[in-house]
Amino acid sequence: MTPVARAAAGAPTGPTGPKPPPAVSPLTHLETLEAEAAHIFREVAGEFDRSTLLFSGGKDSIVMLHVALKAFAPAPLPFPLLHVDTGHNFPEVLAYRDRIVARHDLRLDVASVQSYIDDGTLRERPDGTRNPLQTLPLLDAIRDGRFGAVFGGGRRDEEKARAKERVFSLRDQFGAWDPRRQRPELWQLYNGQHEPGEHVRVFPLSNWTELDVWQYIEHEGIELPEIYFAHRRKVFRRDGMWLAPGDWGGPRDREELCERQVRYRTVGDMSCTGAVDSSAATVQEVITEIAASRVTERGASRADDRLSEAAMEDRKREGYF
Amino acid sequence: MSTDLAEAETRPGPSGRLSGGLLRLATCGSVDDGKSTLVGRLLYDTKSVLGDQLAAIEEVSRRRGQDAPDLALLTDGLRAEREQGITIDVAYRYFATHRRRFILADTPGHVQYTRNMVTGASTADLAVILVDARNGVVAQTMRHCAITALLRVPHVVLAVNKMDAVGYRESTFTAIADEFTARARELGAADAVAIPMSALAGDNVVEPSTRMDWYDGDTLLSHLEGVPLGADPTGKPLRLPVQYVIRQPSGDRGAVERWLAGQLASGVLRVGDPVTVQPAGATSTVVGLTVLGRETDTAWAPQSVAVRLADDIDIARGDVLAAGEAPVPLRRLTATVCHLDERPLRARQRVLLKHTTRTVPAVVEDITYRTDVAVARRLPCHDGLSANDIGGVRILTAEPLAVDDYAENKRTGSFLLIDPQDGSTLSAGMVDTGADDQQRP
Repeated sequence: MTPVARAAAGAPTGPTGPKPPPAVSPLTHLETLEAEAAHIFREVAGEFDRSTLLFSGGKDSIVMLHVALKAFAPAPLPFPLLHVDTGHNFPEVLAYRDRIVARHDLRLDVASVQSYIDDGTLRERPDGTRNPLQTLPLLDAIRDGRFGAVFGGGRRDEEKARAKERVFSLRDQFGAWDPRRQRPELWQLYNGQHEPGEHVRVFPLSNWTELDVWQYIEHEGIELPEIYFAHRRKVFRRDGMWLAPGDWGGPRDREELCERQVRYRTVGDMSCTGAVDSSAATVQEVITEIAASRVTERGASRADDRLSEAAMEDRKREGYF
Repeated sequence: MSTDLAEAETRPGPSGRLSGGLLRLATCGSVDDGKSTLVGRLLYDTKSVLGDQLAAIEEVSRRRGQDAPDLALLTDGLRAEREQGITIDVAYRYFATHRRRFILADTPGHVQYTRNMVTGASTADLAVILVDARNGVVAQTMRHCAITALLRVPHVVLAVNKMDAVGYRESTFTAIADEFTARARELGAADAVAIPMSALAGDNVVEPSTRMDWYDGDTLLSHLEGVPLGADPTGKPLRLPVQYVIRQPSGDRGAVERWLAGQLASGVLRVGDPVTVQPAGATSTVVGLTVLGRETDTAWAPQSVAVRLADDIDIARGDVLAAGEAPVPLRRLTATVCHLDERPLRARQRVLLKHTTRTVPAVVEDITYRTDVAVARRLPCHDGLSANDIGGVRILTAEPLAVDDYAENKRTGSFLLIDPQDGSTLSAGMVDTGADDQQRP
């Protein structure tokens, strides 16, 4: 009997054969989240002519890309990647980015904050942080690419303004988020209709937590940039965070460099992404560390969210993710 | 039990497998019933609030002259919410115990934001309806109860909050629980489990109360950990809405294999199964099956899969693969809708209707009634449905749709009405194939 006929006949099979249907859905919470994210990717691919996936080389965008590749396997991704390069990225992360793009034969568009500064369109901020400067290059890239949908790796557990975000988040021609104008989002029915000039930001990992992301990385054996794991690095203290030195403007006057064993919980612009003291060298050790941590991911390592109580909400209103 | 939560979290099982799976819940209650405090308490006592978040709310509480951290501040995410001290929009919260993971839709209590409560409840396995023990069952309580009945939320918890303000009296709790149970039954809601609690003082939310010896039931958290997940989608007939066609070159001479990708809405699918393609009605057999790129013999809802059929028939996004009792494609739908937009929904209005993965032009032929949800009574409706109204509609669609009754299958029984001009979501609908006036095309 062929495997197909055997499955159809429901005959008893060995350990490698088809299993009888379960009494209850046997999906783990990670499998449920993964199936939901794949559904979101496929909805966008089915409804939008042109979309792009924001890829920073950070763990959320890496997991997002991993699910996307699975959702369209064995065919290639039906959309390109877009990286908004602040010009102050960690070299390890850029190397990782290029390695992944080559490995999967992906198309990568890069929007460069540095070139906007070089030609005078954007001006460097006194505090040196370039995170807020990403918005304009991002919006220009969306306009020039005529993208109707842009995938982002944002999660609702990250921040209280993000907790209010829809999976399909409609943005006006300025990329702005208006929390009072959000579309109600019921069941798994996502409304992707938008007018010319508007676009939709799509967050397939909305329902994932930081721990889910790490457990998924472990389960799927996903490679990450090495800076996510404990290593010795020269750092200096500013505003209670360990920052890495670089051309971006640190350390200044009385800030002293020292070498510590650290890792990064998030990966972003070097000027505002802090390292945490850590000895976690493997994914399992990182999971143990996060689960025991008493500080949120953003609280531990993002200077830009500390600017005010509504920092994230304000940036989202301006067109940031 | 709660004391070892943080510790348990440091030992996630292999691949994060928690025996209890993922429970989605929605909290609802009218303004000032203490809903934000309850959600805050749930997060705080399950150690889901981290040091920097706590420091932030302690700081704001101090500035406002409060001596204890106001847990309600944890849930107000928007500037406008913090300024007004009310919840405007649904927020999603995530927490976990060693038994289960939870996604909590924290929905607003204001009547004017009923649609946001509908949004939160649409995916919920369980609804927590809060009442203030001092006020008992009020109109808004029954409105929320009616909505959980309408959306067929499988489990309901009646949280009788602020027991501290009524001297933790058993008679007060019993009277409220009895009244709610009687009225909920009239509305057709799932049987509720009533729990007396004080979110402010922490009684029976996560920690068992020492002040209500007369109560020997579960705390809210232990109930949430133990309640069965919502209706098992694998026990129903197969439904696979086709989302996207994946084309893979096969062999030489430009041959292409077509894989139909989608998320199983219900049922179990095996290689060798015969399937019907709706609404066209063609039939074929499954010869290939993958779950996110991995070949398999069997898949079950809600997995995201791709399917290859034996016959090269015309299938596209919007079609539904079905087995077992197949839905009869309809062009005339009878449904209950919750109207979401500020502009009213009127008879003869042209709309787009999104059902599973298919969006078709449609016209609202008639609005048959408006429901007074506080008393679950149908009223005549002459001038359309306003925002937050719930009512009955008859809709004619440009193409037949393979719908199921919402009571049988939420995924294939629900739809959105969309404004064809500006794309906004107008109404959320639930198909009622059992309605007396149901007509076939």
